[in-house]
Amino acid sequence: MESRNTQLAVGFFVIIGVLALLFLGLQAANTSAVTNGETYKLYAKFDNIGGLKERSPVKVGGVVVGRVSKISLSGDYYEPLVEMTISKQYSEFSDTTSVSILTSGLLGEQYIGLNPGFIDDTVEMLKDGDQIYDTKSALVLEDLIGQFLFSQGND
Amino acid sequence: MNYWGETMLDRVAALGRTTLDTIAGAGAAFFMLMRALIGKPNLRKSWPLLMQQMYSVGVLSLLIIVVSGLFIGMVLGLQGYTILVDFGAEQSLGPMVALSLLRELGPVVTALLFAGRAGSALTAEIGLMKATEQLSSLEMMGVDPLRRVISPRFWAGFYSMPILAIVFSAVGIYGGYLVGVRWLGVDDGAFWSVMQSNVEWGQDIVNGIIKSLVFAFVVTWIALHKGYSCTPTSVGISRATTSTVVTASLAVLGLDFVLTALMFG
Repeated sequence: MESRNTQLAVGFFVIIGVLALLFLGLQAANTSAVTNGETYKLYAKFDNIGGLKERSPVKVGGVVVGRVSKISLSGDYYEPLVEMTISKQYSEFSDTTSVSILTSGLLGEQYIGLNPGFIDDTVEMLKDGDQIYDTKSALVLEDLIGQFLFSQGND
Repeated sequence: MNYWGETMLDRVAALGRTTLDTIAGAGAAFFMLMRALIGKPNLRKSWPLLMQQMYSVGVLSLLIIVVSGLFIGMVLGLQGYTILVDFGAEQSLGPMVALSLLRELGPVVTALLFAGRAGSALTAEIGLMKATEQLSSLEMMGVDPLRRVISPRFWAGFYSMPILAIVFSAVGIYGGYLVGVRWLGVDDGAFWSVMQSNVEWGQDIVNGIIKSLVFAFVVTWIALHKGYSCTPTSVGISRATTSTVVTASLAVLGLDFVLTALMFG
């Protein structure tokens, strides 16, 4: 039964490989529901997106609700337009919601912070494909230093 | 024609001969692979052969892969910790260990070990078959040695190495976890959650598997061709075996740079 033992050993070898792949997929990689599942898209225009990248997280109060899916320039004035893919689970944002580009920690990655707006009878809810107009651009360190030096010079 | 002119011409001729030999070798290797792989597969006959080769190429390589994966992961954990702790960033140990294993060390070190452990054995085995004229005997009996000997060994290597690379990465991450979390006291939850937020299925794991598939193809191909085209003497087999390990290792390292530049550049 030489060949049966060989087949058993190869079978276990393949099973070990599949288990290792499962371990990598489930334990090491990011397979959270936010990027799968049903999503809808929101758009926002910024003056400057700083170091924002595609696949950067979109957070509400630190909780990831979606990801940046596309960054492009739009309009006659080439304004950066950011497409955000948000989980359907969080579909109740009003159109008074504001977005800003924030940095995690002092040197960390940049992400989009959503601040949900107030809700009453006069405001509408954001739907798939809507644009958020209340935006705050990324903090660019060079601009900040420039402004600081300029204000120092005025004193 | 004076003496210096003669030697210069000899050099040029030597260069030409080397070039022609290299091209002929590459062509022979290509045709060997094509003739071994193209054709109607006979699953009932080739399945037991493939199993036998998967066993000797894959299963028997598992131990060295697991042990070296564990130790490389532990070393990464230890070295990464001593550097990251200076910046108070020891929670980034998880992604550092996972990304370096999945993207680079898993596929590359597995391919290097595979070239040394299984590739050299393949070359020596086929070289000896050639030296003892077993390959010619097969041909005499009307059995194509390329289909019977080369093809199952190629597929066994091609299927085994990605599995070995995945096992290597998984065991290495566990080694990093053992050293980082259990020994040096990095926070358990942060180790895994920061890793999960930085490692992506498509970008990191799938690209690592693609890399190991390419390495598997190249290493197995080189090993088989060196064995099949060796000079059928004891010196020839020894040279071919050495040449397999050297050529395969260089090819893996060179290709790794190209693949990394394409995938992550």
